[in-house]
Amino acid sequence: MTRDVLSSKEGVDTHEVVPFVKDDLPPKVAIPWSRYRFMQKVVIPWAFILPILLLHALVVLLPAIQGVYYSFTEWSGFGAAEFIGLENFRRIFFEDTDYGRALGNNLLWMVFFMTVPFAMALFAASLLSRVKTGGLIYRMLLFLPYVIPSVVVASIWRYLLSPRFGIGAQLSNIGIQGLDVAFLGRTDTALLSIAFADNWHFWGFLMVLFLTAMQAIPTDLYDAAKVDGANRWQEFWNVTLPGIRPTVFFMLMMVMIWSFLVFEYVWLLTQGGPGGSSEVLGVVIFKNAFRRFDAGYAAAQGLTISFFASIIVLLYVYLRKRGWDI
Amino acid sequence: MISMRRWRKRGQNTFINHFILILLVLFALGPIVVLLFNAVKNNAEIGRNPLGFPEVIHLENFGEAWEKGQFGKTVGNSVFLVVNTVVLELVLGGLAAYGLARKQPPGSNIVMFYMLVASTIPIWLYLVPLFFTWRTLNLLNTHLGLILIYVALNAPFSIFLLRSYLLGLSVDFEDAARVDGANELQVLTRIVLPLTWPGFLTVGLIVGLGVWSEFQIALIFVQEPDMFPMTTSFFKFSDRFSRDWALTSAGAVMMIIPVLLLFLALQRRFIEGLAQGGVKL
Repeated sequence: MTRDVLSSKEGVDTHEVVPFVKDDLPPKVAIPWSRYRFMQKVVIPWAFILPILLLHALVVLLPAIQGVYYSFTEWSGFGAAEFIGLENFRRIFFEDTDYGRALGNNLLWMVFFMTVPFAMALFAASLLSRVKTGGLIYRMLLFLPYVIPSVVVASIWRYLLSPRFGIGAQLSNIGIQGLDVAFLGRTDTALLSIAFADNWHFWGFLMVLFLTAMQAIPTDLYDAAKVDGANRWQEFWNVTLPGIRPTVFFMLMMVMIWSFLVFEYVWLLTQGGPGGSSEVLGVVIFKNAFRRFDAGYAAAQGLTISFFASIIVLLYVYLRKRGWDI
Repeated sequence: MISMRRWRKRGQNTFINHFILILLVLFALGPIVVLLFNAVKNNAEIGRNPLGFPEVIHLENFGEAWEKGQFGKTVGNSVFLVVNTVVLELVLGGLAAYGLARKQPPGSNIVMFYMLVASTIPIWLYLVPLFFTWRTLNLLNTHLGLILIYVALNAPFSIFLLRSYLLGLSVDFEDAARVDGANELQVLTRIVLPLTWPGFLTVGLIVGLGVWSEFQIALIFVQEPDMFPMTTSFFKFSDRFSRDWALTSAGAVMMIIPVLLLFLALQRRFIEGLAQGGVKL
C-alpha cells in the first residue's frame, strides 16, 4: 500500500493515516516531524502512561527517596527531621540487640523457606507431572490454600496449634504424648510454627510454578532418559531439575528477598512474642515507626533491608551474566 | 513376562503417585474443612469434638458473627475497596499498557525498566515515609488513601500482564479501524478491549483477590473502626472473641466463601494469572 493510494481515497484525512503508512515505507524515508506527529507519537502515548506512573512515583519512588534521607535523621514523624549522620546505623549495628535477634529470625525464616516449600513443591510437581487423569483437580486443590486470606489462615492455625483443641491434643488423646504444647506460646517453637502456617498457604503456589515449568520440558528428553535406562530419581535429577532450573533459581531469589519483608503472619499469630522470640525485622520496624514514633530510626532499619535485598538481586544478576544458566 | 512385570510396576507407580498426592491434598484441605466444621458447631461441641464432623448444625453462628463482627459494615467497606481498586487499576493500567505496547513513545523502555526495578523495592523502605506523606495529604483513615496505594502497588504486575496480552494482538485490527476514521479512544474501547478482555479479567481477579485479602497496609493506614475492611476488622474481632471458636470460625467462613466460589468457578484464570504475576515481577 502506498501513500498515493491512501491519500487519493476520498474522505480520509491524510493526517489520520500518517502513522499507518509509515510502517510500510522503507525505514530510511524521513517524515517531517510535524506538530501533528509530535502529538501522535509523544504527547498522546505519554498521556496514557503518565497517570499510573505518577501515582506509582507518589506511592513508591518518592517515599523511597525520603526513606533514604530520613535514615540519616532523628525524626518522630512530626515536625522537622534532625540530621544526625550515621548515628542510626551505629545504633542498629552496635547497640540494638532487638535488631540482631530479628535479623537472625529472618535468616532462620529464609533457611526454612528455601528448603521446606521447595522440597514439597518439587516433590509434588514431579508426581503431578506424571499423573494422566485428574491432574487439573489435584493442581486446583493443592493451590486452594493460596487464595485464603492471611487473617483466616492465621485463625485456622492458631486453632490447630493450640494445646487444648489442636492437632497435638488429638494426638495425645490417641496415645501420642508430648505434642499438646502451646506451639505459638513457647520461645523455641513460635517462629517455626508461624513459618509452618505460612508455608501451608504458600507451597501450593510454588508447586504450580514448578509444574508449569516442567510441562514445558520436551518429552523426547524423557524418552531418551528411558532408553538409557534411567530410574525415576535419575530422571528427576538429570532431566526434570535442569529443565526447570531457571524457575527454581528465580524463585529462590524471590523467596530470599521475601524473607526479609515478612510481617503479616508474624503479626497475626504472635506480634513478635513471646519475649521477642519470633520478632522479625518487619515487626521491629513497625513497632519503631508506629508505636514508638522513632520514624527516622525505623527508616534506617528499612534501608538495611533494601541493602540486603539488593545484594541478593545483584548476586542473581551477576551469576546470570557469568553465564550460569539460571 | 517382562512386559507383564513392567505393566505391574507402572500400575504400582501410578497407585503410589495418587496415594501421595491424596495425602498432600488432605494436608491442604484438612484445615479448611476443620474451619467449615467449627463454623456450624457450638462451643460445647467444639470442646468435646474439636476436629471431627459436626453432630448438630448450628447455622445461628453466622448471624451472631455477622452482628458481633460488624460484618454489615465491613463487607461494604471491602467491596468498595475491591471494586474501586479494580476499576481504577484496569483503566489506568490498561491505558499505560496500551501506550507502551502500541505507541512505544520515546522513553517507554525506561518506564518498563522503572516498573521492573520498582517492584523489587522492599516495602519497608517506603512504608514509613508514605505513612507520614499520607497524613500530610489527609489520606489516612480514608478509603481513597488505601485505593491509591493498592492501585500503585499492583501497577507493575498489571502493566506487564496487559502489555503482553496487547502485544499478542495483531495491530492490523486497530489500523483497519483507524482507516475507517476511528479516533484513539474508539480504537481502544471498540477494538482492543473486546479482543483482549481475558487479560483484563485476569488482572481484575488477581488484584481483586489481593485487595480482599490485604491486611498489612490496611492495618497501618486505617485505624478508624468504621473504615475497617474485613481483614483488619476480623483480626480485631478474632482477638476479642479469641476463646469463642464457633463465632470466629463462622466469621472466617463468611470471609472466604466468596473467594472460594470465585476460585472454583474461574480456577484456571486465577492459577495462571497468579503464576504469571509471581514469575514476571
